Amino acid sequence: MTFARRRWLGATALGSLLAACKRGAPVADEGPRLLGATVRAYGERSTFETAKRSLDEDRFLEASQTRTPLGESVGVLTPSSLHYERHHSGVPQIDPAQHRLLIHGMVDRPTIFTLEDLRRLPSLSRIHFLECSGNSGVEWGAKPAPTAQMSHGLASCSEWTGVPLALLLAEAGVQQGAKWLMAEGADACKMARSLPIAKAMDDILVAWGQNGEALRPEQGYPLRLFVPGWEGNVSVKWLRRILVAEEPVMARDETAKYTDLMADGTARMFTFAMEAKSLITYPSGGQQVKPGFCEITGLAWSGAGTIRRVEVSTDGGKSWMDAALQQPVLSKAFTRFRAPWKWDGAACELQSRCTDESGYVQPAKESLVAVRGERSVYHYNGIKAWKIGADGSVSHV
Amino acid sequence: MCRLAVLLWAGALLAQSPKYGVGRAPTEDDIRQFDITVRPDGKGLPGGSGSVAEGKEIYTNRCLKCHGSVGQGRDSVPLAGGRGSISSDKPLKTVESYWPYATTVFDFVRRAMPFDRPGTLTANQVYAVTAYVLYLGKIVPENTVLDGPSLAKIRMPNRDGFVPDPRPDVGRGPGVKK
Repeated sequence: MTFARRRWLGATALGSLLAACKRGAPVADEGPRLLGATVRAYGERSTFETAKRSLDEDRFLEASQTRTPLGESVGVLTPSSLHYERHHSGVPQIDPAQHRLLIHGMVDRPTIFTLEDLRRLPSLSRIHFLECSGNSGVEWGAKPAPTAQMSHGLASCSEWTGVPLALLLAEAGVQQGAKWLMAEGADACKMARSLPIAKAMDDILVAWGQNGEALRPEQGYPLRLFVPGWEGNVSVKWLRRILVAEEPVMARDETAKYTDLMADGTARMFTFAMEAKSLITYPSGGQQVKPGFCEITGLAWSGAGTIRRVEVSTDGGKSWMDAALQQPVLSKAFTRFRAPWKWDGAACELQSRCTDESGYVQPAKESLVAVRGERSVYHYNGIKAWKIGADGSVSHV
Repeated sequence: MCRLAVLLWAGALLAQSPKYGVGRAPTEDDIRQFDITVRPDGKGLPGGSGSVAEGKEIYTNRCLKCHGSVGQGRDSVPLAGGRGSISSDKPLKTVESYWPYATTVFDFVRRAMPFDRPGTLTANQVYAVTAYVLYLGKIVPENTVLDGPSLAKIRMPNRDGFVPDPRPDVGRGPGVKK
């Protein structure tokens, strides 16, 4: 109940209430009270909450992206409504009753599955991050992004439910010599990507569920591929076909796009894995801190498995302290880290650095640039720094 | 011994039959409807053909407003130019300078172009547009008439420009297995 709703109270009552608030005393909830809102069939967040995805000023909003507001994130799960988007030809509206998945090519039994067919099969749920290979790509340049959302917001984390692709491939009977598959969407551009079959045998899901309900349309409703730990675009949305083959099909989005150009003019192809990365989400760019106690918190994740360690520096990388990791730490999922801190009011620089289960340590930008140059666009995972001004403002470095 | 052989044979047969048996076998029509993939060896290319001249007309009507009069790019990515720029400080990635396979042009145009109405070009028109884009990139001569076999034979300038993923190449800590 807000102060506004208490306006009918006498001025004296309001006065004493405000006085009580100023002293920090508990507010007595007395007198007649208004009823709250009625029950409703599908929930909405509080009207006081404003976190939202960012919209780029792109010429074609059907081939654009939105970013998750990571600076305002809580815990490790991203609400489906705030999950980042990247589309290549808009979000199709698909009637699940009409949708089909065809598996064909080098299989003994080409098969067409309906959604109803797939839902009858043994399913499983897993919590995983999804990250665009171009996430934090702006950091390759001289002008880093000003907020956690704009620098790292092409990453989100959800619970995904579906059937293992390995099970569907076993049903179809993969033939000897088949090493690759091509996944294709039912969107206007029929987005296509090739993947090694070995990954399918490991952990790829054909998913219809996200965070306890059906996938959102912008996340591939009614059916998507979900490829844990690998660049987002291979998790083909609106999945309609899987072609089993000897070789990759060399689609536009694995040759002209999503290849990483090195300084010597060669380009890396099939750069699937998203390497370990961390980001302080509070305090982060655009926020404000006050002198005194302030818990530093952020997110770390790795396509190679679990996060083993996150270190935080408050002096621009001169010294590091271990952050606490929120349990359970899940493989290929966001991991929340926290470190206690007392801000003394002096300007300083915050950084975070993570290590994953393979022993890989998140590198500094200079180390990445030294090996790859500055034009590879994709797969930037350097250490991100935030500057705290003497006025408590937080900005990029 | 004989019994063992029968058991092994039965086991192999079992492994090859579906465990759950859901879904249905597609008809040839079903597969034809779904399968639009064109591969680097030309597999999947349909019959038909198209010339650079025909392609220029289609391009002017359907492609130019985004890709520019000579493929230099406008609202969307450039298609021609930039050859030799890929290793420079200002790489210009185009079909001409960057794309490793000509078959990908056909596959992508048929799949995804024109941006606002994908799927509206006939096979002949896709051959023609592909021929014109390759002509703009100085990869085929002006008198080219492209069909499946001739498209699959084209060697792109940056065909050998791609390497496998060597990561982890940076940030390796102690005890990391490559």
